[in-house]
Amino acid sequence: MKLTGRVFVFGSDIDTDAIIPARYLNKFDLDHLKAHCMEDADPTFAERVKLGDVIVAGKNFGCGSSREHAPLAIKAAGVSCVIADSFARIFYRNAINIGLPILEVSLEKKVKDGDLVTVDLDRGIVEVNGEKFQAQAFPPELMEIMQSGGLIEYVKKELEVGEEND
Amino acid sequence: MAQTLAEKILASHSDRESVKPGDFVMAKLDLVLGNDITAPVAIKEFRRLGAKKVFDIDKVALICDHFTPNKDILAAEQVKFVREFAREHDITHFYDVGDMGIEHCLIPEKGLAEPGFLIIGADSHTCTYGALGSFATGVGSTDMAAAMAIGKAWFRVPHTQRFNFTGKLKPYVSGKDLIIFTIGKIGVDGARYQAMEFGGEVISALSVEARLTMANMAIEAGAKAGLFAADSKTVEYLKKAGQTVSELYPDQDASYYKIHDFDVSNLEPQVAFPHLPENAKSVREAKGIKVDQVVVGSCTNGRIEDLREAAEVLKGRKVNKNVRMIVIPGTQRIYLQAIEEGLVQTFVEAGAAVSTPTCGPCLGGHMGILASGEVSLSTTNRNFVGRMGHPQSFVYLSGPYVAAASAVAGEIVHPEEVLS
Repeated sequence: MKLTGRVFVFGSDIDTDAIIPARYLNKFDLDHLKAHCMEDADPTFAERVKLGDVIVAGKNFGCGSSREHAPLAIKAAGVSCVIADSFARIFYRNAINIGLPILEVSLEKKVKDGDLVTVDLDRGIVEVNGEKFQAQAFPPELMEIMQSGGLIEYVKKELEVGEEND
Repeated sequence: MAQTLAEKILASHSDRESVKPGDFVMAKLDLVLGNDITAPVAIKEFRRLGAKKVFDIDKVALICDHFTPNKDILAAEQVKFVREFAREHDITHFYDVGDMGIEHCLIPEKGLAEPGFLIIGADSHTCTYGALGSFATGVGSTDMAAAMAIGKAWFRVPHTQRFNFTGKLKPYVSGKDLIIFTIGKIGVDGARYQAMEFGGEVISALSVEARLTMANMAIEAGAKAGLFAADSKTVEYLKKAGQTVSELYPDQDASYYKIHDFDVSNLEPQVAFPHLPENAKSVREAKGIKVDQVVVGSCTNGRIEDLREAAEVLKGRKVNKNVRMIVIPGTQRIYLQAIEEGLVQTFVEAGAAVSTPTCGPCLGGHMGILASGEVSLSTTNRNFVGRMGHPQSFVYLSGPYVAAASAVAGEIVHPEEVLS
C-alpha cells in the first residue's frame, strides 16, 4: 500500500502523556481522543491535522505509559503513518496490535512541517524531497500478526483452532 | 546454555530448554492484569474476539486504582463497566474501593507475583514485580484482551543489560536514588526493548521494598522488564504474603548485552528534573528550588517503608506553610499499618493530607493537580510535560526522605539539613 501525506514534525522522547494527556482518559471514545491528540506537544495539532497526514519524530516515540489510547488517538485523528528514529516498546507493540502503520526511519532532521512524504508500506520505502529512505524491516512473526489484520484477528484464528480441538 | 533471569523465565513458559535474544516465543502467562483505564478498552476487544470466558478466573486481576474513588461521572462509568465484566466472569481478583490498592503495591501483597512467574499487565509499571524475580512487563489493552482469552502472549526474547552496584550506600540513599541515578546514566531509552538485571552487594543489602521501587522504574529507561534475583530476602518477604517460594538466580556465566559496574558509595540522594526521568542530579544541585506541592505515594514509593521514611522526617515538624503535602498509602493494608505505627498521626499533625489509595495525582488524574507554573516534588515515576496537571507545571522526582524534608523546608533540600 502506498500513501502520501503532509508531515508534522515532532522531537525526541514524545511521551504518551503528550500524545494523549491522562486527563482525557476518563472516557474511551475515539472522537474524544482525536480532539485531544498530541495536545501537550502541540495544542493546535488536532485542529490542523487532515486525513492521511504523517507524523515524523525523533527517537523513542511513545515512551511512558502503556495506554493504547495513544496510538488509537493518532489513528483516529486520521494520521496514516508514524515515522520515527525509534519507538518505545509498548507503543510499538500497541501500534502493531491496533493496525497503526509505523516505520523506523531517521527523518526528523530531513523534513519540515508541511513537506509531502510518500510511504510504501509493503516495501518500507519513504520518499520525501526527492530522497528515498529504507525503513527497518519488521520481523516475520510481526508481519504475520499485521497481515492477519492485527492481534485480535490473529488470536481469533488461534481460538477457532482451540475450539476445534476441544 | 547459561541464561539470564529473563531468558530462564521466557524459556520455562514456552516449553523450551533455552531461548536466546531475538527468539520469538508464544508463552504461557501466570497473571494478566489491567486497571480502570486500560481494562475497559481490553474488555471491548475481548468481546470483539468472540471469547466466551477468560482463560482462568484466578489469573486475571482487575484493579480499579487510577481515577478511583471515582473522580467524575465518566470515570465512574469506566469503573462500572469493569465491575460488571468482573461479576459476569466471576473474576477472583477484582479490587474496588475499600479493598482496592495501587495495583503494583497490591499484587505482591496478595501473593500474585512470585519468582519465575511470567506476568503481563495493561499498565507500563507492571515491571515492578521484577523485584520478586518475575518477568513482568507492560502491554496495551489489545494484548491484555488476547491474553485474557488464551492465557498466552508473544514475546521477542530481549537482550539483558546487567547492572552491578558495589560499595555502601550513604544515609538517606535508597532504591529510588539508585534507579534515578541509573536512568540518568543510560537515558530514557537506554534499555529500550531490553531487560535490565540488577545485582551486586548493594542490591543484596537492599530491602525488597526498595527493589520494588527500582524495578518499577525500569520502564523509564525504556526496558521491557527489570529483574532481581530472588534471594533469601525475597523468600522471607513473600512468606508474609503466604507464599512458599524458592530462590531464583541467573546462571553465573549468562551472557549480557552490556554490563555496568557502579560504585555507589559516594552517591547523594537523587532528584530527576523536569521533564524527563533521565535528568538526574544530586539533591545538592536542586537546592533552593521552591515547591508548591509534595506527594509521597504511588506504585513507586507508596509502601510502608516509604511512609516510615517520610514520617521519620516529619515527626515533630511541620509542613511549610507554602507547601501542600499529600501522602497516599499504596494499599488498604499499608494504610492500616501506617495508622497502627502512628505514621498517619505524624502526617496529619505535620499538616499533610492523607488519602485513601489511588494513583490519582501521579498521572494528573485527581487528588493533587498542579496549576500553571506550579512545582511539585513527588516520589512518583514520571515528570513529563503536563504529567501532574497543567502543561506549564513542573515535576521533580525523588525518594521519600528528600520529598518529606523538602516539604518542611519549602524548597528542595538534602534530608540532613532538616534532620540534623
